[in-house]
Amino acid sequence: MTTTDSILPPPVGAAPPGRPRRRRSLAHTKLPVLVIFLPPALLLFTVLVILPMGEAAWYSFFHWNGYGAPSKWVDLRNYQLIFRNAAFKTALINNFLIIFVSIVIQLPLALWLATMVTKRIKGALFFRLIFFLPYVLADVAAGMIWRFVYDGDFGLVAGIWHFFGAEPPFLLADPDTAMPAILAVVVWKYFGFHMMLFIAGLQAIDRSILEAADVDGATGWQKFRLVTLPMLGSTVRLSVFFAVIGSLQLFDLIMPLTGGGPSNSTQTMVTFLYNFGVTRMQVGFGSAVGVILFVICVTLAFGYKRIFMKND
Amino acid sequence: MSGLRKWLRHSAAVAVSIAALAATSATASADTTIKWLHLENQEPVLELWNQIVDEYEQANPGVTIDMQFLENQAFKAKLPTLLQSSEVPSMFYTWGGGVLKAQGETGVLRDITPALDADGGKWRNQLNASSIDGMTIDGKVWAAPTQTGVVSFFYNKELFEKAGVDGAQIKTWDDFISAVKTLKDAGITPIAGGGGDKWPLHFYWSYLAMREAGQDGFAAAKAGEGNGFAGEPFVKAGELAAELGALEPFQNGYLGATWNDALAAYGDGRAAMILSFESTGRTQASNSTDGKGLAEDNIGIFPFPVIEGAPGVVTDNLGGLTGWAVTKDAPPETEGFLEYFTSPDVAKRWSAVAKTIPVTKGVAETITDPLLKVSAEALSKETWHQNYLDQDLGPNVGAVVNDMSVAIMSGQISPEDAARQIQDTFELENM
Repeated sequence: MTTTDSILPPPVGAAPPGRPRRRRSLAHTKLPVLVIFLPPALLLFTVLVILPMGEAAWYSFFHWNGYGAPSKWVDLRNYQLIFRNAAFKTALINNFLIIFVSIVIQLPLALWLATMVTKRIKGALFFRLIFFLPYVLADVAAGMIWRFVYDGDFGLVAGIWHFFGAEPPFLLADPDTAMPAILAVVVWKYFGFHMMLFIAGLQAIDRSILEAADVDGATGWQKFRLVTLPMLGSTVRLSVFFAVIGSLQLFDLIMPLTGGGPSNSTQTMVTFLYNFGVTRMQVGFGSAVGVILFVICVTLAFGYKRIFMKND
Repeated sequence: MSGLRKWLRHSAAVAVSIAALAATSATASADTTIKWLHLENQEPVLELWNQIVDEYEQANPGVTIDMQFLENQAFKAKLPTLLQSSEVPSMFYTWGGGVLKAQGETGVLRDITPALDADGGKWRNQLNASSIDGMTIDGKVWAAPTQTGVVSFFYNKELFEKAGVDGAQIKTWDDFISAVKTLKDAGITPIAGGGGDKWPLHFYWSYLAMREAGQDGFAAAKAGEGNGFAGEPFVKAGELAAELGALEPFQNGYLGATWNDALAAYGDGRAAMILSFESTGRTQASNSTDGKGLAEDNIGIFPFPVIEGAPGVVTDNLGGLTGWAVTKDAPPETEGFLEYFTSPDVAKRWSAVAKTIPVTKGVAETITDPLLKVSAEALSKETWHQNYLDQDLGPNVGAVVNDMSVAIMSGQISPEDAARQIQDTFELENM
């Protein structure tokens, strides 16, 4: 997370590298630490993470309604059904749409606001709190609030439309507008989180470098592009990582807003899993969706880390 | 180090107190507790139920009835996991049909046949035989039926009059379509629909399919004969539903509306009709914006119209048969409570408050509520009772029927493709 390591000289008075001693002390403490702390963690991890994952993978080969033990082996049919399912395709597209909007709209917005509220202007702290507020709110509560805001009969949007004397739209009830309406809520809900990350990153930038740029006659935009942004690199990469993983898991905001409808136009992979696996008692099918989601998440996460975050 | 010791001492104290707490709660639960999981959110009904619970508890010392509530959609989603957890309820609401069958097959339910036949069939004789048949699968009764009903059109007489439509004269589907057109021309929203919940729209497809296929055609489709649900009558039903949908008969935003939203639209007089349950007189009022809804004498009822030339008749009803399923490890008193709950006296009081039609013998005849009476009479004359398809066909096929009904009516899928998808899912489920 520290962005200054490669650029700044080591702090004055820092201890000289003490590799040999450190290694010896490591070897000395490693074994007891391993013996005491590893087994419980390993046990928990196995029972709570590895086993359920293995189970889900196993169930995904069965036609099973979730009661009793699975018995009807169907090979890869669940997977075939998923890839033939139009709603799953919509879910997949929506997930990537959410990632795209997060990166292209949400993060720049968060960065812009972060640079504004780190300036020493009056009320900066106040705005910081205000912008962070949506993130503090529970996802389900936020979804319910926005469902009301978007309501075409009594909502805020309806009020605005009525004010201009027009027939209000039902944004969440129209397959064409439901997803954009949800994307707006997603941006609103999570930009505060990324803004906070950026504020932390911005505060770690050494002021003397920006002052040096001032002395050299750099404009505000040049300072941002050539100094701030590069030095914020690792924070941005981390933010993108969070945005991607978070987007893939989006669920509790959508359920109160549309529940995946109308006509499955706002399904994500997780709402698809819930609507088609859990509520329809198709646990085998749902498990297969879970496995696919897992593979996508792991591939993206590790691929991204390997390519973009290897120096962080 | 002393900090650690202190911490250990504290945690030990906490552990001991938790153990003590657990022990006391164990002795407290030596008495029997019936966990009653329900979906009822109407205040007057709950008030009555609480009274009934009190009465039963007083008559049976040592029995406590613990009422637990889950909202309809949440209930459906949570039940499969709940039934296999340690928090399993003693009795829960059921719509019967394929969902009950799936639950019964997996051994989480208790066969209540012995309880029905105890004391020379005292409890059994209390209930209409057909209602018990409706909860019987492979010779075992998996739930105690309590209530039956029929889905029909409720209309706003005032709005109909304004548009110049006579609700009593709507007999055929063509009559209905022209009524919808006349209402639209008069600037009135013809129908309130809850497309967000999906199942409220499946009534249209189901009824149209029942009219097109008739009882025999339906039985054949379920038996997998011919093209099953992809067959001609079902495609035709889809075509008629699509024609209705193309007229845009529903209130604005119906695709995102819940069932309660639809009832509110009807109860507020923002839409002229609703295809709904027998209890609509009560539910439209409680869901309306002012809490009062339409006056009773402003509400008319007509049965789902017939299709000229099709085998279905007007006395073929779509409607529920609902009741309470008992779980495997429920205390034996659960059946005792259900017997009390379905006794004529309790059933009459319940019917009066909840506007439902109990299956207890002799109760439907005593109903005085004018709207409920219409439904009760329709039930007494019926030639075929089809349970809600989304329950009858099981959770998976049922969900596809709901999906397809909405998709057809909003013009997202062709009737042929929709029928094909229902049949595909049906075949997969029953392979």
